[in-house]
Amino acid sequence: MVGARASRLAGLVPIGLVVLLGLVLTLVLGERHHHRILTLVFVWATMGLAWNIISGYAGQTSFGHQAFFGIGAYVTVLLVVGVRLTPWLGLIAGTLAAVVAAVLIGFPTFRLAGIYFALATLAYPLILRIVMDFLGYQEVAIPMVRDRPTLFMQFKDPRAYDVLALAALGGTLLLSHWIEGSRLGYALRALKENEAAAEAAGVDTFRAKMTAYMLSAAPAAVIGAIYAHAILFVVTPDAVFGTLVIVQTLVVCLVGGVGSKWGPVLGAAIMVPMSEILDATVGDRLPGIQGVVYGSALVLMILFAPEGIYWRLRAFRPSRAVDTPTESAPAAIMAGAAGRSPGAPGTALLDVRGVSKAFLGLHALEDVSFTVHAREILGVIGPNGAGKTTLFNVLNGFLSPDAGEVRYRDEPITGLRPNAICRRGVARTFQVVRTFPQLTVLENVLVGAFVHEPALAAARARALAALAAVGLRSRVDALPGGLTTLDLRLMELARALATGPDLILLDEPLAGLSRDGVDAMMALVRRVRDAGVSVVIIEHTMYAVVQLVDRLVVLDHGRRVAEGAPNDVVRDPAVIEAYLGNKWLGRVAGLPT
Amino acid sequence: MSVGDLLQYLVTGLLVGGVYALMSIGLGLIFGVMRVVNFAQGDFMMLGMYLTYFLATGYGVDPLLGAVVIIPPFFLLGLGVHRALLVRVTGGGDPQRLMDAQLILTLGLSLIITNATTMLLTPMPRGIKTAYATQAFVVGPVLLNQARSYAFLMALLLAGAVYLFLTRTDLGKALRAAADEPEAAGYQGIDVRAMHGLAFGIGIALVAAAGGLLATYHPIEPTVAVNFIVLMFVAVVVGGLGSIPGAFAGGLMIGLVQSLTLLVLPFQLQNVGVFIAFLLVLYLRPQGLFGQRLRAV
Repeated sequence: MVGARASRLAGLVPIGLVVLLGLVLTLVLGERHHHRILTLVFVWATMGLAWNIISGYAGQTSFGHQAFFGIGAYVTVLLVVGVRLTPWLGLIAGTLAAVVAAVLIGFPTFRLAGIYFALATLAYPLILRIVMDFLGYQEVAIPMVRDRPTLFMQFKDPRAYDVLALAALGGTLLLSHWIEGSRLGYALRALKENEAAAEAAGVDTFRAKMTAYMLSAAPAAVIGAIYAHAILFVVTPDAVFGTLVIVQTLVVCLVGGVGSKWGPVLGAAIMVPMSEILDATVGDRLPGIQGVVYGSALVLMILFAPEGIYWRLRAFRPSRAVDTPTESAPAAIMAGAAGRSPGAPGTALLDVRGVSKAFLGLHALEDVSFTVHAREILGVIGPNGAGKTTLFNVLNGFLSPDAGEVRYRDEPITGLRPNAICRRGVARTFQVVRTFPQLTVLENVLVGAFVHEPALAAARARALAALAAVGLRSRVDALPGGLTTLDLRLMELARALATGPDLILLDEPLAGLSRDGVDAMMALVRRVRDAGVSVVIIEHTMYAVVQLVDRLVVLDHGRRVAEGAPNDVVRDPAVIEAYLGNKWLGRVAGLPT
Repeated sequence: MSVGDLLQYLVTGLLVGGVYALMSIGLGLIFGVMRVVNFAQGDFMMLGMYLTYFLATGYGVDPLLGAVVIIPPFFLLGLGVHRALLVRVTGGGDPQRLMDAQLILTLGLSLIITNATTMLLTPMPRGIKTAYATQAFVVGPVLLNQARSYAFLMALLLAGAVYLFLTRTDLGKALRAAADEPEAAGYQGIDVRAMHGLAFGIGIALVAAAGGLLATYHPIEPTVAVNFIVLMFVAVVVGGLGSIPGAFAGGLMIGLVQSLTLLVLPFQLQNVGVFIAFLLVLYLRPQGLFGQRLRAV
């Protein structure tokens, strides 16, 4: 996996070039005003990158990110004013305060999704702004320290501020680069695309969002403190918590492109000089020209390049061949990879005891009990609305039962989050395939592979092996939108296998497949079982179930009505009569005994 | 504190809340039908304030009447903005991307309107002088500012008219159908895109009218939107995103909370009460006090 590491290091080269370009501009520019513009470009690029971590990578649109910008500025400056603490240390205190604030805000707010999260984040900087006013910090001037200017971040030479802001930008670019190629980065992209599928593939979505929020609060606070010293000199609630801060941030990100580290940098490099130069030339006669330009830029972007400049430019680039190692070991991905033994055939793996679940009085599951043994294929059948998918949702943690208990390897797993259950070795697929549409087939599977392999290279090898095991190696670089139903189901199975499960819950894996597809999938399910993984399968295709499974559980109206060997169950007159219909009665009678 | 004081704060809050309620149902209607969070809503309100102001100073139109007179032109403006811009970011597609696009577009519109107004009309605050702005009705121990009382009554009338339109007319029912189930409404022969335009036009007209009423007692300046757009968001979320009666009730409650906060907190912290109430509702009941989860109208 030298190739993966080398390509990650190669990704650092553009960052080095950007920093170098910044240094060259710092040295070449002469006028004080130009240095101010340069500093502002670095400031808003950094702030945009900070916002991009939570709102771009993780897709949690935040309208309140200036809260952290302002906390960084206020804490640093108040420490200078109050106790003459050097801003170099104050900066650290400010950053810590912002990270703590991110935790305090994140805990209640991440319970909300989508537009609710975005609207809730509006409130925090507004509250902080009012509180700062109330506490008497309407105007906090940074005191001049003439004897030790460097210690107090007070420079005569404007180039020093350029370098300072550029350092923050470089650091944030490195942070973004690391996130993009890390387990966290893939977790964020996955949960942005489909949160439920990410949870089921072992991503602790809450923790990933919190981590991203903390990581995005830190650079916002650092750049807020630098902005206060380089540009403001007098900190006011409006200047650091105000709407213009978030507008400026959104503009550079949205114009440049959301979800890539280059978007905010491009956006800042274009928008900031444009508006500053306009402001300097006609701003006296036309106050507000800056806002009109920003607003027009946003509207024009939507009409002509809604995805942002970076993504628009990238579309022109010829697609690069991804380095895919040609050899891998398909067998290595099955059970045992997580250090668990698959268990001897016949021992109990999953024990469902008296599980009930009701929705508004409708009993979806009522006192359902059964056992899944190691190395078996257990079929769950029953008419529509019998509670089969509800059962899976209880087993993998999407729902918690009203009564009863699910024990896995003799430990209770009821009440655990889906990602925790996945980590223990229970993977699942969905009745309607849930993909991460913007991720390639390989990346879709990679999300699952990270469960036991924190390093990218190892996870990648594991994902490739899982794809090889299901026969999808040739499609690794395709996007899910271009796959057939069979390939989609295979990809989802590969994602489940990549999590290293002992038990896989397959929700109608044969639905929508052609006869050939059904045969291929059934052969695959047997291979999975033979490799030591137990399988619970929900299926409607009766001829397939009877051939495939070792035992059957029959559900109807939320109750388990039969359990046993498939041939016994399908011959059970009560089952045939009530659940399979009279037609089956005759057909089963014709089968050899 | 006497009962009279409490009553005074309650009534003041209610009067202010009536105008908040009217501006909020515009935002609520647009979200309910189009699923668009319109960041430029406050700016259309500001434009409504200015038009009412110019009608009053230029032609002597009483602002209470002006607030109604400006409804047709703002309805047409809304239709035009929808036709020219909003259609590009509504309809099918990935919800996350659509939401981003709507956010960019309406934020851009808001910036253009605020700043272009500043450029054309200067940042100087203006006010409409009316005889009733400084008068008060005396009801028992309670003083009712006349401007606010008239504005409150007008807001109730307009909101009532919208309610009747939505519940009693075929067009209103078609609008609600398009909000509830756009796809099914399409199969029933309802032109969903036209309904979006209608909702946007009505939403803009309502918030402009609310601006006209507000202008009877509030200074008029280009940046006035910032203070009110957040209150509108709060009202709409508290009432339940997408619910029109919810938005109305949410607006009233914002007025009450603002006013009652003054009983316990100093004046500068007036809006802290509002934002804390907002967060509490979001944490505890994100579908809002009156709404079902994301059901419209």
